[in-house]
Amino acid sequence: MKMDREVVGLPATAFDVQRVREDFPILAERVRGHALAYLDNAATTQKPAAVIEALGRYYRHDNANVHRGVHALSQRATDQYEAARETVRRFLNAESAREIVFVRGTTEAVNLVAQSYARPRLGPGDDIVVSALEHHSNIVPWQLVCAATGAQLRVVPVDESGAFQFDAYEKLVGPRTRLVAVTQVSNAIGTLPPLERIVALAHERKVPVLVDGAQAVSHLPVDVRALDCDFYAFSGHKVFGPTGIGALYARGSILESMPPWQGGGDMIRTVTFAKTDFADIPARFEAGTPNIGGAIGLAAALDYVESIGRAAIASHEQDLLDYATERLAAIPGLRIYGTAPGKAAIVSFTLEGMHPHDVGTILDTLGVAIRAGHHCAMPLMQRYGIPGTARASFALYNTRGEVDALAAGIEEARRLFA
Amino acid sequence: MSGELRDLYQQLIFDHYKAPRNRHPMHGASHEAEGHNPLCGDNVKVYLEIEDGVIRDVAFEGGGCAIATASASLMTEALKGRKVEEVQSLFEEFHHLVTDGEAPGRAELGKLEALAGVREFPARVKCATLAWHTLNAALAGRERPVSTE
Repeated sequence: MKMDREVVGLPATAFDVQRVREDFPILAERVRGHALAYLDNAATTQKPAAVIEALGRYYRHDNANVHRGVHALSQRATDQYEAARETVRRFLNAESAREIVFVRGTTEAVNLVAQSYARPRLGPGDDIVVSALEHHSNIVPWQLVCAATGAQLRVVPVDESGAFQFDAYEKLVGPRTRLVAVTQVSNAIGTLPPLERIVALAHERKVPVLVDGAQAVSHLPVDVRALDCDFYAFSGHKVFGPTGIGALYARGSILESMPPWQGGGDMIRTVTFAKTDFADIPARFEAGTPNIGGAIGLAAALDYVESIGRAAIASHEQDLLDYATERLAAIPGLRIYGTAPGKAAIVSFTLEGMHPHDVGTILDTLGVAIRAGHHCAMPLMQRYGIPGTARASFALYNTRGEVDALAAGIEEARRLFA
Repeated sequence: MSGELRDLYQQLIFDHYKAPRNRHPMHGASHEAEGHNPLCGDNVKVYLEIEDGVIRDVAFEGGGCAIATASASLMTEALKGRKVEEVQSLFEEFHHLVTDGEAPGRAELGKLEALAGVREFPARVKCATLAWHTLNAALAGRERPVSTE
């Protein structure tokens, strides 16, 4: 078990990628006769045995509904579900577990904030500021509330390197800006916007900030109090947990002020046909039976990440990023998108004379899994005037050997299309 | 290189990808439509000149990957001079070719058979059929762009 490594104080150099790989059963799969090189981690990550076992253990031994049973299993399920909330709190360094709302994923978290926080506060002439780096899930929910309220969406541009244009941001945040919503890591090209400065400027102007952490949680240490953000959203499946579960962090004082956005069981205190009293936070935002198993699996994933250590993961991924950038940049006709200083382990690229889908198919026949397309960031692709890119995105279990397999596959694609 | 890959990217596919036939706008076309594959952001536009139930001329614009572009190019070649009433059975035959490989044999596919390798790559079927769906939309006179989704 790697659990003990940090406890005994071994340095980050004790990170052993081969041992990490043994924790992920799927990495032994063979694809089309080749060893799998899974480089599509920005789409979803693989699951360690600890997560798969936590899900199995819950369904085999503890499954029951939460917050209502008088029987033993219900108590166990409730205890584990609430313990999972505490694990998320610790992982994000939130002040209180009351500030953690379980949701289906980042998308639902953003929609919750859009509908419950933003919508009642928006009117014609108001605006919401996002960046050109955003995933559709941090664009479309705002477009929906803007359309419903007459507010406007303002977009901070990026330069050719994919860097967030802070000067433009400074001008865009105005007296009618009601919220800034920005990603911590661009899923499409890896850019890390200067979050601390973004938050500081917004707060100077009394504007709250939502951070889309979907791509950050598996790569970087996250501390919502140090970031000082007001909302933080992430998905479990992008941090080695199950699909269908994620969390929204919201500053307690703000969450208290927000009305429910979905009605149902578990989010109420008392119901009569004359009047319904809503539950306190966070239950007020968790209508219906939640994804209990998912929350427990997510907690197991976060514990796993902590057992390896996020600093060690970041350092391993930085090495992979540097190596992949060096290998790929040496390939003629290959252009890397996202070259701003300081980026996550995502390499988005195009090959001259080749469509990303063809690159993806050829790599697939060699067992190398990448994403090809617009990465749910069509406005960013429009910024570059391209339909899409091929994207290799790395995680803690990837190796330099897999980068070599990627580079060899790209060379093969070039030969085929020569 | 794997056999699957060789079957997918046949020489004829590269030929039509690198030098697409009939790729140009057509002014005054009797039928036209736009197609879109939201998966990859590719767009294609198909133009038809139909007279007395016969496709006198056909052209396309756009494309994308090698499969989508070559398929559109090969389609235009296959359609020229063909009766409109034959198009549906040709599309069905083609669709079988790129999905299950079980061709009912109601139409002669000719060069279109170069796309048979697509069936080993289900994720690419939409690339191969985008131009065909757009053709159908043009024939049906639909005004909204057709989508593969």
